[in-house]
Amino acid sequence: MLSIKNLHVSVGDKPILKGINLEIKAGEIHAIMGPNGSGKSTLSHVLSGKGGYTVTEGSATYQGKDLLEMAPEIRAREGLFLAFQYPVEIPGVSNIYLLKAALNSIRKHNGQPEVDAMDFLTLVKEKVRLLEMDEKFLYRAVNEGFSGGEKKRNEILQMAILEPKLCIMDETDSGLDIDALKIVSEGVNSLRSPERSFVMVTHYQRLLDYIKPDFVHVLANGQIVKSGGPELALELEEKGYSWVENNQAAA
Amino acid sequence: MNTATASRYAAEYPTIASALPGQTLPWLKALRAEALIAFSAHGFPSPREEEWRYTNVSGIEKKLFAPSVDLTGSDVDADWLKSYRLEDAWVLVLVNGHFSAELSVLDGLPEAVSVMSMADALAKQPDKVEKYLGAAADQSEHSFIAFNTAWFTDGLFVHVPAKLVLDKPIQLLHIVTGSDAMATTRNIIIADEMAEAKVIETYVGIDNAYLTSAVTEVFVGQNADVTLYKMQSESDKAYHFGGSYIKQARDARFTHHNFAFGGLLARSDIHADLDHASECELNGLYLGVKRQHIDNHTRINHLKPYAISRELYKGVLDDRARGVFQGRVIVAIDAQKTDSQMNNRNLLLSDDAEADTKPQLEIYADDVKCGHGVTVGQLDEKSIFYLQSRCVDEETARNMLTFAFANEMVDKIKIRSLHDKVLEQVLARFPQEGVNKEWL
Ligand SMILES: Nc1ncnc2c1ncn2[C@@H]1O[C@H](COP(=O)(O)OP(=O)(O)O)[C@@H](O)[C@H]1O
Ligand SMILES: [Mg+2]
Repeated sequence: MLSIKNLHVSVGDKPILKGINLEIKAGEIHAIMGPNGSGKSTLSHVLSGKGGYTVTEGSATYQGKDLLEMAPEIRAREGLFLAFQYPVEIPGVSNIYLLKAALNSIRKHNGQPEVDAMDFLTLVKEKVRLLEMDEKFLYRAVNEGFSGGEKKRNEILQMAILEPKLCIMDETDSGLDIDALKIVSEGVNSLRSPERSFVMVTHYQRLLDYIKPDFVHVLANGQIVKSGGPELALELEEKGYSWVENNQAAA
Repeated sequence: MNTATASRYAAEYPTIASALPGQTLPWLKALRAEALIAFSAHGFPSPREEEWRYTNVSGIEKKLFAPSVDLTGSDVDADWLKSYRLEDAWVLVLVNGHFSAELSVLDGLPEAVSVMSMADALAKQPDKVEKYLGAAADQSEHSFIAFNTAWFTDGLFVHVPAKLVLDKPIQLLHIVTGSDAMATTRNIIIADEMAEAKVIETYVGIDNAYLTSAVTEVFVGQNADVTLYKMQSESDKAYHFGGSYIKQARDARFTHHNFAFGGLLARSDIHADLDHASECELNGLYLGVKRQHIDNHTRINHLKPYAISRELYKGVLDDRARGVFQGRVIVAIDAQKTDSQMNNRNLLLSDDAEADTKPQLEIYADDVKCGHGVTVGQLDEKSIFYLQSRCVDEETARNMLTFAFANEMVDKIKIRSLHDKVLEQVLARFPQEGVNKEWL
């Protein structure tokens, strides 16, 4: 699905990612954990094509194609979805129209006809219920005036409707109370399938109680310093991030 | 001050004066004579004047625009007219500054309401016109008002008597068809106590260089309610100088929607005087492309306590276009408990576009709530990326955000047919591909 090799990324002259290696196969869930400022969002952004970053070395291959060569919207149409750490407010563009436009451009990209209006509404309403959102949110401007938790839920709503192949979730759990976290996790779990992969970027182990990862990677100072199974998250929780950072310094 | 051009206009004046309406009215003759002197002495406004510092009108001095004395030669294509005329309104059409009965639709008006051409009003209700003409627009304010007073050939006259609520809007459709023509029109709108009216001014022209000078005086009676829409969609070679001067009585409500889309150089002044607990809302949207220069000036005079004013002007400027916003709010010493908010937001789509914005608060009372804010900026890159990450290509993302920005003002239009026509204009002025009305 996704193969990242020796990825180095700078902002201006400042190196931020310093040689990331990561292999993600279809159906796998990878958690990337790390202290604030370690480069988690940078990795998410570079994979989804945000401008302002320079790849100085390395590669990222997605479904056999050079991911870094693709425009952000092409990546999205090819099934890569980023749930933002800080979703952006878009005044004047309604949530439901953005959803419909996004879904239709994916369908067009795949040579399918536009979605039928009734089918679309049924689908959207089903997902709105799944995430226990108020239908009113559909007709409001994208994220405008939403609370932090509502914005995060809205990201997962979009993800549930667009049915991406690779879901990158950047700190979706941050700022969610436990009830909201459970709802969001159920939403994510309902999307799990052998064809779909997840990269869950998180600062807290708590999320992993609800969404069981296959692999856990620890990112520190722009590098993956440790990889393991779910037990690594627990160990990290116990010993704190200073443990891996010290390890790295020693190495 | 440049009076050379003014003298050229003044020299021509006697040749048309006898054809102007109201020649038999001594008060009007005197008023016009006074205006002519004021204009001749001053000339067109110069950028040295504070209120004209961003707008150089010297372009109009290269030409001598000619007023037409009657309706002859004013053929208007019926299909073209259709795209501007509202179906569900009473429509008064002025062509090159003259009332066209043939193109107007005024039947079915309630008996007590007067909607007629200014020339008709001067013939039938001269005393009423005398009472109101010049009562809101101060000739000494700037020389375009004097110019307008001296030269106006016709206009719209509306009087809605007390407690009458008009169920359909009135549209003034102002058309200029002549090349190097000049259309000078004067409008009066009176809503007596508790009356309600909606008036739409539409300014359009055939693809020519011409000059429109239009002054509208609005009198909103006690607890009355007037909404005035202005859709300025002049030809892209035209000069437009328009002013709306409003006097609000106690508890009167006035709302203005100013859509400034056309003209090579277009300037609008909107001045409102507020009485005790009046409410005034000024909305504006200006779109500039190519080398358009679009200037909007607003002034809100809070003269008495408890009045509320809300103002939002938005501008979208592309290519080498320039937008000017000067907004003044003046709170008189007696106007305690004034509540006023003024905002101007500008979106620049090109490096060569320019926005000059100058909000001014002059507050002489001490117990008031007044705020203002201005922004001049580009499309937000974070928003563009967010849309791209949701499958929208970059150009469409930019168009969506631009339209969403402008559409906030279009959405405030409460008359459906007008809303759709204005939206059409907005879409036509940004010819990029991929914009879907459904996005909005
Ligand atoms: N646009 C930028 N300009 C300069 N520094 C940046 C920029 N984006 C991120 N950084 C820096 O890169 C490092 C990693 O940031 P980020 O990827 O946001 O970390 P995380 O998401 O793990 O908290 C931080 O030191 C941050 O200050
Ligand atoms: Mg982050």
